[in-house]
Amino acid sequence: MNFRKAAFVVLAIALVLAGCGGKQKTDTIKVGWFGALTGDQAVWGENEFNTVKMLFEEYNAKGGIEVGGKKYMLEAIGYDNKGDAQEAVNVTNRLVSQDKVVAILGPNASGNAIPIASTLEQAKVPDIATVATNPKVTVQDGKVKPYNFRVCFIDPYQGAVAAGYAYDKLNARNAAVLYDVSDDYSQGLTEFFVKSFEGKGGKIVAKEGFTAGDKDFRAQLSKIKAANPEVIFMPYFFTEVALSATQARELGITATFMGGDGWPSPDLFKLGGKAVEGGIFVNHLDYDQPTVQDYKARYKAKYGKDTELNGYLVHDAVLMLVDGLQRAGKVDGEALAKAFESTDIQGITGRIKISPTTHNPEGKDAAIIKIVDGQYKFLENYAAQ
Amino acid sequence: MSSYTLGILMLAGINLVAVLGLSLLTGFTGLFSFGHAGFMAIGAYVGAFLTVSPARDIPGLGLPLIVGVLGGGAAAGLVSWLVGRITLNLKGDYFCIATLGFGEATRLVFNNVQRFGGSRGWPLGATRDMGDIWIILAVDVVAVILVANLVKSRHGRNMIAIREEELASQVTGIDVFRYKMVSLVISAILAGAAGVLLGNYLTFINPKIFNLTKSTELIIIVIFGGLGSISGSVLGALLLTALPEVLRFFEIWRLVFYGAAVILIMISRPQGLLGGMELTPSGIRKILAERRARLALRAEAARETAEGGSR
Repeated sequence: MNFRKAAFVVLAIALVLAGCGGKQKTDTIKVGWFGALTGDQAVWGENEFNTVKMLFEEYNAKGGIEVGGKKYMLEAIGYDNKGDAQEAVNVTNRLVSQDKVVAILGPNASGNAIPIASTLEQAKVPDIATVATNPKVTVQDGKVKPYNFRVCFIDPYQGAVAAGYAYDKLNARNAAVLYDVSDDYSQGLTEFFVKSFEGKGGKIVAKEGFTAGDKDFRAQLSKIKAANPEVIFMPYFFTEVALSATQARELGITATFMGGDGWPSPDLFKLGGKAVEGGIFVNHLDYDQPTVQDYKARYKAKYGKDTELNGYLVHDAVLMLVDGLQRAGKVDGEALAKAFESTDIQGITGRIKISPTTHNPEGKDAAIIKIVDGQYKFLENYAAQ
Repeated sequence: MSSYTLGILMLAGINLVAVLGLSLLTGFTGLFSFGHAGFMAIGAYVGAFLTVSPARDIPGLGLPLIVGVLGGGAAAGLVSWLVGRITLNLKGDYFCIATLGFGEATRLVFNNVQRFGGSRGWPLGATRDMGDIWIILAVDVVAVILVANLVKSRHGRNMIAIREEELASQVTGIDVFRYKMVSLVISAILAGAAGVLLGNYLTFINPKIFNLTKSTELIIIVIFGGLGSISGSVLGALLLTALPEVLRFFEIWRLVFYGAAVILIMISRPQGLLGGMELTPSGIRKILAERRARLALRAEAARETAEGGSR
């Protein structure tokens, strides 16, 4: 067979296989999930989808869930979108029009959750985002989006918690910020940290940016060192956190490092070592709290590795989904979205009481975690004032 | 048609607008650009500014989409003229690197423009209107007619001459710089228009959408479809936009299969699907005539060897 024929055969097989997907099973509730299974965010995507599949299997092993007096099995249909906004729209279209799912779980990135709102609304399929913390995921122009929900707190809150903790508990008056200019999450947190910290009367003595992929932060850190802050806020992901923290300590910076929910990962210690010791960050939960131990152990037993942060939140998204279905009493996106609006359940990451006006969980406390001896040490639950 | 299929068609139509421009620049004028996502970004942001309703969190002017398409295209064209004045004297790879730098720099600039949402992005419209497919198709048709007539005109011939042999065309009196500039500006206008349409389709733009991957995606479509072929660009845009979705069956392996499919086709057809050919009635007649001539020649050669053997 020559190459040309081979190419055609590959394409033909792909087309045929793609054509015969989507079999209809009776008494099954189809639930969509999407996120990054390839690319630089694949760690979190895989963790989320694995958790969804595991929980659905557990429900099904117990005979499924009861909705409106009838038993249903749960089926998870997951797609990869590479963390790309364009593919997010594609897979949402596919989930609502071909797979006809009743609800969608994920995505984790705000930049993917915002462009799908219109599709959800037209198809009347609700979505529960996991760690999409941009306020505009659920509220736009002062109006709540009827089919977008989430189980995590939002950037203004996270920024206010970090600033409040730095000012009130650490008694810091001068803070510096180093942030990733090219990342939406990092820019968002920076904005709200600066706003809250200055609002309390503190002073931002330096604000330096870098671009995703940078490996050397010495120029920015030297400027920060000259400004002599007591706290350096580092709202970005663990790889850069480890690198910049190491370089900061090499430059002789003694300030306390603070960060957000981009920090927690087993890799933070591998890469950062001693430099991240004493660092304090805001997280969605305390990894040692009793409510999460069972899930942690089940995940480890099934997949042979530790769960990431996203797993805890998608776990609660699944709880919210099941609760919503049971209260809606029928398998219907519109009724489900209505039911979601009055959600009030106890998740493993805390109480999830959805506000009908913002579709965010109300009053979810943030956990303050300190790194001590290469371990996450829970300090306290802290709510921003 | 399901919203899924329609959505992919819309994306293919949007990609086609940008690809046609790049096809003129790369396929007909011989200049490789790895920065066209930058022109798309400029178009998208200017277009968004013109079309987004003034009542939104990040307000715009609230003009109709078609004004946005024209304005976004014009803005991208203007920027490309400035970029071209500086870079078009660079030859070959050096021009390529300059465009790469331009594309990345544009993205970084938008990361810092807080008025347009910075890297957090700019939510544009509240609803995605699937009826916009007609506007996309109209822009496609206009772009195809424009590029097809241009390459058939004297100006187009001059561009092809530059692609084939720059020095020789200069010697024969072609203003090489000017024709490169015309080609670059037209391709940037089309990229800008495509950017506006993409933003309108996604109802959201952020600088990440217009990264290097987007530029490479466009150039892959041009080369895959065939250099110097407009129908190749059309076919390439359709096939390569749909392919990653068709391959969803392979789950996490789909990008591997996507790459493999592209490589297989490039090995079997190094000139691309329709390199140097056109799927127009006259183009097809030409292809058939060439094929007949080739077959006749081969038959002739076979007869001669056969006769030679019998002697």
